[in-house]
Amino acid sequence: MYEILFFVFAAAAVGFAINLLVQRHPIYGAISLIGVMASLASLYLMLGAEFIAAVQVIVYAGAIMVLFVFVIMLLNAGVEERTNRSRMAKQLGAPLVVLLLGLLTSLVYRNFPPDAAVRFGDFPGQTADIGRRLYIYYMLPFEVVSILILVAIVGAVVLAKKET
Amino acid sequence: MVPLSYYLVLSAILFSLGVAGFIFKRNLVTLFMSVELMLNAVNLSFVALSYYFRQLDGQIFVFFVMVVAAAEAAVGLAIIISVFRNRQTLNVDEISLLKL
Repeated sequence: MYEILFFVFAAAAVGFAINLLVQRHPIYGAISLIGVMASLASLYLMLGAEFIAAVQVIVYAGAIMVLFVFVIMLLNAGVEERTNRSRMAKQLGAPLVVLLLGLLTSLVYRNFPPDAAVRFGDFPGQTADIGRRLYIYYMLPFEVVSILILVAIVGAVVLAKKET
Repeated sequence: MVPLSYYLVLSAILFSLGVAGFIFKRNLVTLFMSVELMLNAVNLSFVALSYYFRQLDGQIFVFFVMVVAAAEAAVGLAIIISVFRNRQTLNVDEISLLKL
C-alpha cells in the first residue's frame, strides 16, 4: 500500500516538475509548481512529518506561490520568446545536468545499502517534540530568522515602492 | 516499506530538473520558480534522512529553509517588479547590464 502511494506521488511530483520545464507561459509553470509542492506534502505525511507537511501546504503552496502568481499577473508577463541565447548553455547544459543526476544517484547507491528501508508508522517525533526542540536547542536561530524575515519584508516594500 | 534510496533518488531527480530549468528557461520568474524547486528537492532529502536516523533536527532545518525561502521570494519578486518597471521585459538575455 505504502509502495503504491509512494510511486503515485513520486510520479506526480516528477511529472509536474517536467511540466514546469515544458510550459512556456509562467502562469502554467506556477500552477505545476503548486502540484509539485502538494505531492511533496503527501510524501512528508507518509514519512511521519505532519508538521512539515502542514507548513509546506500553508507557507509554500499557500503564501509563496500566491506571491508568485500575484507578481506574474501584476506584470502581465507573456509567453517567453525564443532568443539567440548563449550557445554554451544550450550545448553544455543538457550533458552537465545528466552528469549531475548520475553523480547524485551513484552517490546515494554507494552510501546507502538497499536494505536501508523506511518503515512507516513508528516515528517517535510529534509536533510537540519539534516545538520543544525548536524553542530549547534552536532558540537563537529561530530569533535570527525572525529578524531576517522582518528585514526582508521591509526591503521588499522599499524595493517595490513607486519612486515619486 | 520503501527503501530510503528511492526517496533520495527522487530528491536528486527533482534537483536536476530544477538545475535544468535554471539553465534552459529565459523568463526571470521561471528562473525563480526553478530555485524554489531545488529547495523543495533538498527539503525532501532532509525529511527522509530525518526519518531514517530518527532525529528531529532534519525537520527543524526544513522549517528554517522554508522561512529563508519565503524571505528570498519576497525580496526577489520585489527586485523583479523593479527590474520590469525599468526595462519593460523579463527576458534574462536582455537584462545583462546593471546600469540603465
